[in-house]
Amino acid sequence: MRQAFRQLEVLRYDPDTDSAPHFQTYEVPCQDDWVVLDAINYVKENLDRTLSYRWSCHMAVCGSCGLVVNGESVLACHAFLRDYPEKIRVEPLGNFPIERDLVVMIDDFVEKLRTVKPYIVSKKERAIEFGETLQSPEKLAAYKQYADCINCLLCYSACPQYGLNDNFVGPAALALAHRYNLDSRDVGRSARADVVASNPGIWECSFVGACSEVCPKNVDPAASIQQMKIAITADYFMRLLMPWRKP
Amino acid sequence: MLREVSAVFIGSYTLMLIVGLLRLSQGPAAYESFLNAVQSTAGVTLSLISFIFALYHSVTWFGVTPKAMPLRMGGKAVPPAIIVGAHWLVWAIASLLILLWVGV
Repeated sequence: MRQAFRQLEVLRYDPDTDSAPHFQTYEVPCQDDWVVLDAINYVKENLDRTLSYRWSCHMAVCGSCGLVVNGESVLACHAFLRDYPEKIRVEPLGNFPIERDLVVMIDDFVEKLRTVKPYIVSKKERAIEFGETLQSPEKLAAYKQYADCINCLLCYSACPQYGLNDNFVGPAALALAHRYNLDSRDVGRSARADVVASNPGIWECSFVGACSEVCPKNVDPAASIQQMKIAITADYFMRLLMPWRKP
Repeated sequence: MLREVSAVFIGSYTLMLIVGLLRLSQGPAAYESFLNAVQSTAGVTLSLISFIFALYHSVTWFGVTPKAMPLRMGGKAVPPAIIVGAHWLVWAIASLLILLWVGV
């Protein structure tokens, strides 16, 4: 296992003592199969115990370790050092207020997720005794990719519209709204439309597509938003032309 | 992000067309000077850049239509190339009709 020193330039910010974020450089002896998270863990364990950051699974399924590395929004556990030059700049997720060092406050997203009703809205509540609702593989395939979202928020970090206007509901929340709208067990499309079809909802999106480029799970939130634009526009014209039709 | 930047040049080109209409309404002399400005080196260069950006926008925009309208026929997803191809086909037919209409 080859080892080489790399320079990790990490954003530091202590709200109790610092007036502004600043960068601190660490010399880290890195193995050649390491990811950025391994280098950060080395810093925490051996060089600077005060460094704060989030991580958990180390295998790109929990969504905790979102960071901006050399300007790109990535999962620290999914960003291989072999793909980066010797000098690596590590910053917290973009477009979120910094709590401390690499930890950001994601309350805005959590609140927005809540407003899109990310759960099955059933036609009729069924008691447990009636058993499961059956769903064919084709019906599952219709929404499965959007269910893969791990809420890592790389899409919010990459989205320039969210950067300009944080009223924007955002890629992940909208992708999850779409996931439930497409689910055959759900009838909540019109209930979600208040938030989804609003100006800070899908209409704030101009299809830059950065969200889908950075998504580690190939959720493709950009596609979900454009699909909802078409569906909601169709809904609008149906209501206009056929007002007697039930939504 | 380049596609977003194209809005700047398409916007400036549209502005130029509006100015052209204005000059047209102000008589032959004004319109003549407008044409000279547009046909100058700077004018042609700007028009060329705007054209390249407009082309880039259209090509990339058509390219992502399969994401906005994923079609399923016979239980299987329609290949993205067909959706993109259909857009180009409609563009070609519409262009042809317009060209015939203006007498080309």
